[in-house]
This record gives sequence, structure tokens and C-alpha cells, in this order.
Amino acid sequence: MGYKKKTIILAVIAFLLALLYIFYDLSGNIEYILPRRFIKVFAIILTGGAIAFATVVFMTITNNRILTPSVLGLDSLYMLIQTFIVFIFGANSLVMMNSEINYLISIGIMVLFSLLLYRFLFQGEKNNIYFLLLIGMILGTFFGSFTDFMQVLIDPNEFMIAQDQMFASINNVNTDLVYVSVIILALVMLYFMRFYKYLDVIALGKDEAINLGVPYEYVVKRLLIIVAILISVSTALIGPITFLGLLVVNLAYEFMKTYRHFYIILSSVFISLIALLGGQFIVEKVFTFNTTISVIINFIGGVYFIYLLLKENKKW
Amino acid sequence: MVDLKNVFKSYNKKKVIDDVSLEIEKGTITSFIGPNGAGKSTLISMISRLIAKDNGAITIDGEDILHTKNNELAKKISILKQSNAINLKLTIRELVSFGRFPYSQGKLTKEDEAKIDEAIDYMELREMQDKYLDELSGGQRQRAHIAMVIAQDTEYILLDEPLNNLDMRHSVQIMKTLRKLVNEMGKTILLVIHDINFASCYSDHIVALKDGKIVKQGRTCDVIDKCVLKEIYDMDIDIKEIDDRRICVYF
Repeated sequence: MGYKKKTIILAVIAFLLALLYIFYDLSGNIEYILPRRFIKVFAIILTGGAIAFATVVFMTITNNRILTPSVLGLDSLYMLIQTFIVFIFGANSLVMMNSEINYLISIGIMVLFSLLLYRFLFQGEKNNIYFLLLIGMILGTFFGSFTDFMQVLIDPNEFMIAQDQMFASINNVNTDLVYVSVIILALVMLYFMRFYKYLDVIALGKDEAINLGVPYEYVVKRLLIIVAILISVSTALIGPITFLGLLVVNLAYEFMKTYRHFYIILSSVFISLIALLGGQFIVEKVFTFNTTISVIINFIGGVYFIYLLLKENKKW
Repeated sequence: MVDLKNVFKSYNKKKVIDDVSLEIEKGTITSFIGPNGAGKSTLISMISRLIAKDNGAITIDGEDILHTKNNELAKKISILKQSNAINLKLTIRELVSFGRFPYSQGKLTKEDEAKIDEAIDYMELREMQDKYLDELSGGQRQRAHIAMVIAQDTEYILLDEPLNNLDMRHSVQIMKTLRKLVNEMGKTILLVIHDINFASCYSDHIVALKDGKIVKQGRTCDVIDKCVLKEIYDMDIDIKEIDDRRICVYF
């Protein structure tokens, strides 16, 4: 089977699942239900796409298959920033009330952080994956605990107001932000096109990339900023799903059996949509909301993650 | 011409390269020899801009490598490192195609395809060009990497221990290919090599390094000398001349 054919099959499955999700059991007040379902699917597509895309790029620039932006704690950082803003300014402040301003500030901080991360990741002469993994785990836990700590200190009433806006989940999509997100994603994609041609070469490793004339530091820094923005968008829309990226990108590599980023990016995005839409459908209709999709994906992803660690460990 | 002037490099205050000045002529094979930790790999990495130097100037054909565009430099100089562990699912042909990136930026033209074919034939990889890299033996993989460097079609080729982990037959095969590249295509080759007999038999010039300094540089017959080798390796090495070749007996 050719790469094109495989990609199209994935696209069709994703599309059918989207239709199924929107039109399944459509009864009652259609005018109310349909737009709501539609915007939810739209948000899922944006998020799933952003996570898959960000993870492919991140894995390529760090040259591994285990580290994802989420494993390094980027989405916990987003939550921390949100909590911190409430903590400092209060839930009724302009920053909190206007979700777009809040959104842009958060993205700004994320980009700054990713530049800091850049120093960590690429400044050393050696690029030790396990050391990075350790740092990521510690940072992720640290951000998470710090978030919890501040939430305990916040006035409970304020926390209630803030929570609704801050902590989206797939059952509670942050619809205010969908349109801003579309604009941001479109701009990011446009910017990304300038660096697209370098991805295949960067996957060969730093030395090879420099040897083949890639302005390595310049490109990698900008790609990392793109990753930070994508993760901010996805976390703002439906909250953190730690292992989704890891799962879908590795599946895409297994399924496509190619190094070409054109196909890997597309297929990861479609697999991600299949996982989210299919998973959400099962959660709503089979489990009738007794569980959440993050639980399912983190469970499957966690098992797969351990498998990958063991496999990579043998190879290195 | 590659020209190094007073180049320094240190890691954590330890001097790895200490005031190295060097000129390399076009159309020659120059071997860098010396004990472990002498700074051979560091030096060759600095010439190919993989590692930044601390001080000094490195110019290629009169142009400072820091002020040359990445892409232009990639058409002029290429490097093959000793650990080329690529963990991608790549076939030989796909790997060799990457050598054309500086010219095509990923979109291969007819001319690129022709160069790729040429490089594959040159390394005699035609029958196995669609095999994946992880299915190959060490020698075949090394040949595939050299084919990529040939496809990159640079005037200067730098190789960091190209004979590592290869048996005698493959080592000789690769050194003969390098010699052919210099004689037939006018390339300039710089290589780091551990086996001084290979250095002695195949190179025009030898640069001997120790503790980051150049101990001796010059024509092969000047460097493969009992006193010089004693200074580099702290070993008494007997040198025999067999068929006009200097063979070191160090066992």
C-alpha cells in the first residue's frame, strides 16, 4: 500500500467519525444540539491536529521517539500560568474576564519558557535523552504541585469562577477561544511553511543537518516556538492529554513506515482525530460519561510509553 | 585551500586544541594521526563548523567559514562523523538523496537524480540501493554514507575515522575509493585515522597531533619517521620499507 493511499484511508476514517459524532442520535432540539456538537468537533479537530503536529516536530528536533512536549511538562506549565494569573490578579480582573487577553499572555509566557528550554536542550555538546526525560518529569510534577498549592490558597469563590474558564476538558470545550485559535493556528502554519523543508534533514541528527547546510540553531529555535504555541492552543481548548501525542506519532511512524514528514505529519493528525473523536464517542455513548477520554488515552498511552522505554533502552 | 590560523578550543578550561595553524593543499589526502584525546576529531569538527572554535580563524578558499552562508558551505565541504547512528527507516538511495539537499532543498531535479545514480554506482551499491540501512552490515552502511558524501559533491571531504569497525578488505576498499576520488575527481580529503599504516600507504600529507598541539606536519615520508612517532606515541616503532611503502611495526 502506498503512502498516499494509507493517508487517505486515515483521513476518511477520521471524517466518518466526525460525521458519526455530529449526527448520531440527533433528536430533540436540533437547532440547539447541532451547533454545539459542531463546535465541539471543530475544537477537537483543532486540538488533535495541534497536539499531533507539535509532537512530530518536537520529536524530530530532539531526535527521539519518547519525549513529547507534554512529557516535558509544557502543558502543566500552561495550567500553572493560568492559576498564577488568578492568584495575582484575582478572578474578576480584566486579564481573567477577557479570555482572549488571558490566552495571548499565556502563549507569550509559554514561548519564553520554550526558549529557556532550548538552552537546556541544545546548549550542551551531548544530548542525553534520559537526562532530559528526568528534567521534564521533575518540571512537570513541579508545575503540577505548584498549581495545586496555589489553588488551595485562592479564595474558593474566586476559584469557582476561574475554574470554569481555566480548566477546559473535552466534555467542557472552551468555545470562546475556538475562533482566536483558528487564527493563531493559521498564522503558525503559515510561518511553519518556511521551515518545513528542513524537517526531514533535521531528523538525521544535528551533525548531518549542519553538514547539509541547515542553519540549525536558527531553525530549531523557531520550531520550538511553534511547538510552544501549538501546545498552548490545544491545552487552552480541551486541557492537557499527556500521552496523546506520544501515542499517535509513534503509531503513525509504525503505520506509515517512512521518514517523510509530509506523510508522518498528516497521518499523525488523522490518527489523533480518530483517537479523540472515536474515544469521545465511546465515552459518551458506551460509558455514558462514567469515565473521561483523558483517562482512557493516558492509560493506553502510559502502557505504550513503558513499552517504548524498555525497547529504546535495549537499543541504546 | 583550507587554512587554520592560531585556532584554540577548550572544554571546561581544559585545552583540547592549543594554537593550531595549518594549511591544506587542494587535491591531496591529509591524514590526522595521534593518540586518543589528541584533539583530532575536535579539529576536524571545527573545520566543518560542527563545533565552534574559541579563538583563531578558519578559512576555506579564502573565505571565513563563520561568514559563509550555511547552504553555500554545504556545497563546498562535507563531513562524515564516526558515529552515524541514524535511527530512521531509510533506504540507501534515500540516504544518498539527502546529499543533494544543499542543491535541491528537498525537491530533487533530474540533475540531482543523475548525481545520486552516479554516487551509488561509484560505491557499487546499485543492487542493494532499496535496502534499509538497518539491514546492512557495518561496511555496507559506511559505503552508503560515503556515497551520500559523494552525492553532496563537495570539493572538500572530511572523514572522522572512516575505517572504524571495518575489516581489512573493506578498509582497503574504502581507502582506494578515497584515493580514486582525489585522483579522478580532484577532491581534497581530510581524514582522522588510527591505523598509521593506512595513513602511511594512502595519504599525501600527515598531520601528527598530541595534546592539542601539532607535533609534526608534512609529507608522509617526513612524518612516518622513528623519532617523530616516538614523540607522538611514546613507543619505539620500527619502520620497514616494503615496495616503496613505509610500514610501521609496532607490535
